Amino acid sequence: MARIRLENISKTFGNFTAVEDLDLDVNDGEFFVLLGPTGAGKSTTLRMIAGLEKPTVGRIYINEVDVNEWGPAERDVALVLQQYSLYPRLTVRDNLSFPLRSRIRRMSEPEIEKRIEYASKTLRIGHLLDRKTDRLSGGEMQRVSIGRAIVREPRVFLMDEPLSALDAKLREALRSELKDLQMRLGATFIFVTHDQVEAMTMGDRIAVMNHGRIVQVGRPQEVYTNPRNTFVASFVGSPAINLLNGRIVGNGAVMDESFQLPLAGPAANEGAYTFGIRPEDVAVESGAPVEARVHDIENHGIEKIVTLRVGDHLLRAAVPARVNVAVEDQVRFGWNPSKVMLFDAQTGVNLRHQAA
Amino acid sequence: MAEIELRHIDKHFGPVHVIRDVSLAVKDREFVVFLGPSGCGKTTTLRAIAGLEEIDSGDILLDGKPIQNLRAADRDIAFVFQNYALYPHFTVYENLAFPLRAVGTPKAEVDETVRSVARSLEITHLLRARPSALSGGDMQRVAIGRALVRRPKALLLDEPIGSLDAKLRETMRMELKRLHIENGSTSIYVTHDQVEAMSLADRIVVMNEGILQQVGTPSEVYLYPANLFVAQFIGSPVMNIAPARIRSEGDEALVALDEASFTLPRDLLGMLEQKKAGEDLSLGIRPEGVLVSREPQPGYRPAVAHIIQPFGGFDIVDLKFGEQTLRARTTAGFVDKASTQVYARLDPVQAHFFDSKSGASLGIRLGN
Repeated sequence: MARIRLENISKTFGNFTAVEDLDLDVNDGEFFVLLGPTGAGKSTTLRMIAGLEKPTVGRIYINEVDVNEWGPAERDVALVLQQYSLYPRLTVRDNLSFPLRSRIRRMSEPEIEKRIEYASKTLRIGHLLDRKTDRLSGGEMQRVSIGRAIVREPRVFLMDEPLSALDAKLREALRSELKDLQMRLGATFIFVTHDQVEAMTMGDRIAVMNHGRIVQVGRPQEVYTNPRNTFVASFVGSPAINLLNGRIVGNGAVMDESFQLPLAGPAANEGAYTFGIRPEDVAVESGAPVEARVHDIENHGIEKIVTLRVGDHLLRAAVPARVNVAVEDQVRFGWNPSKVMLFDAQTGVNLRHQAA
Repeated sequence: MAEIELRHIDKHFGPVHVIRDVSLAVKDREFVVFLGPSGCGKTTTLRAIAGLEEIDSGDILLDGKPIQNLRAADRDIAFVFQNYALYPHFTVYENLAFPLRAVGTPKAEVDETVRSVARSLEITHLLRARPSALSGGDMQRVAIGRALVRRPKALLLDEPIGSLDAKLRETMRMELKRLHIENGSTSIYVTHDQVEAMSLADRIVVMNEGILQQVGTPSEVYLYPANLFVAQFIGSPVMNIAPARIRSEGDEALVALDEASFTLPRDLLGMLEQKKAGEDLSLGIRPEGVLVSREPQPGYRPAVAHIIQPFGGFDIVDLKFGEQTLRARTTAGFVDKASTQVYARLDPVQAHFFDSKSGASLGIRLGN
């Protein structure tokens, strides 16, 4: 049981500011994701929650108790890293029991047995218990390191890119396993990743970070459909959103001399904007308003991602797999006007967030 | 002009049989991707074509001429490594010029070629930089440029963008594809990432345990996987696979999975008989082939939604039929939370049937 609250946190290393003015409130039992590119400050934030780094400014609360002066062990949190850091000479069972045999805990043997059994059943590693860890595959090793966190029954699970070293198929499988595990344990998870798919598919809420600051906090669908600025818009979603610089003239969006498209409803004031439209909201069809060349086609099985070239602009459209097009074909496209996002041309901030 | 042909290639590393009787013809100007998990033999095969590994038996032909006994340098094939392998003490210009200078190309020609390759890769502004000052994407652009300056007959690429981050990989995928369209060199590309393979390839060669599993266009391997391995390796999220017992019920075929049964058109029974299918069958259905309704409908079975994974443009929902889970693809937000009662059926057109023992597809394709 744990609610985690960060208040006005900053962390500097010499001249370098890793985290700045960070406020965060993670609910008990929540799967909370810190998402951002390398250097965004997400791992530093996690390490401060774990007690491995001390904030330069600000306070950290666990269940409303100020834990700033507490060491990592006192905080009762478990950290799972990208590197497995298991003891290679020990069996899986000994790796799991190791944290429980510490003198401070004075845990009874039957209790240790019970916890190992529960963890190994939960993670389906029962058949591996007597194997040395250097004989395990990457996915098995990562399950064991998560198991080592589970046996401790910590108040919070902190995970720093635990899936990044695994191959794509295994990552996909472990994604839903981890989410399932968190739901069954009902535990608070704070999960750091640079992979937006992991963030979207596992998180109850996502905090998108950049340059040491939180840019936006929201549920996955909120962050996707209503990004705070062009950074969040292009970081979340694959294939990436189309961002086009242009102007609003009357009820239309005009991209330099190349083309124009209609906007829905009462548009914003005339002037320069960045228009955002996701590939699934761009339609390739014969009656559509703008002519383009097919620049590239990616087959994704269920659909094709077609890159359209018009003037100097490249635009991606997601089309059904049965649509038959070839590179350099001439096609026509339009967009769904109700799905167009408007960003301030200078600051990149979404107009809907500016108003609020 | 460059056709590459492999005839009955075999290769052992000690007791491990890494390439098993692989035969393949790559056409001129074709972009072929070797796809498989680590250890499947794809990189070893690529390195054998380049001359970086010897083979135990078989023939490697370039434009009809056996080359397996030629040294790597004499094969006129360029190789791009995942770790770039640039010379750190040279500038980008010198890195690009090196392969040409090594064979005594006149200075003016070196300069012209380097600049033209740099232009096509959009790295002209980096020519005076050293590799250590470059981003990962730019380093790989330089590595590809260095492979292209000699205008090789064929270009071999070993996971060239595997170490880049997800966003950059998307960009580089498109650049590589355009580059291939523009210069047309026959290319063989190795990856374990099925999205890359699907996106880039004219044809995909799926490998596992040293054996070719299937060769086909991206649509073919996605829509008509030859066996269970291909079915589960291609496509994300993975295809649902479950053991199935099939019998006639009324006017339809009843497909019983462990804890759920679905009806499919009666034609299925005749097709199974015609294919002499045994008892031991598996049903395969991709998430988009599991059709979900919020209301009860004829032919739909009740299920409870479990984990919902939003991807933005769509959701992947785990449906529980008792203990059995089938994964379905729905529009974004279609099922709003876990534990919701929904109803599902299988789209007959998207159902695959496999022999559970051999893993081979029965090649059955149902109509609506």
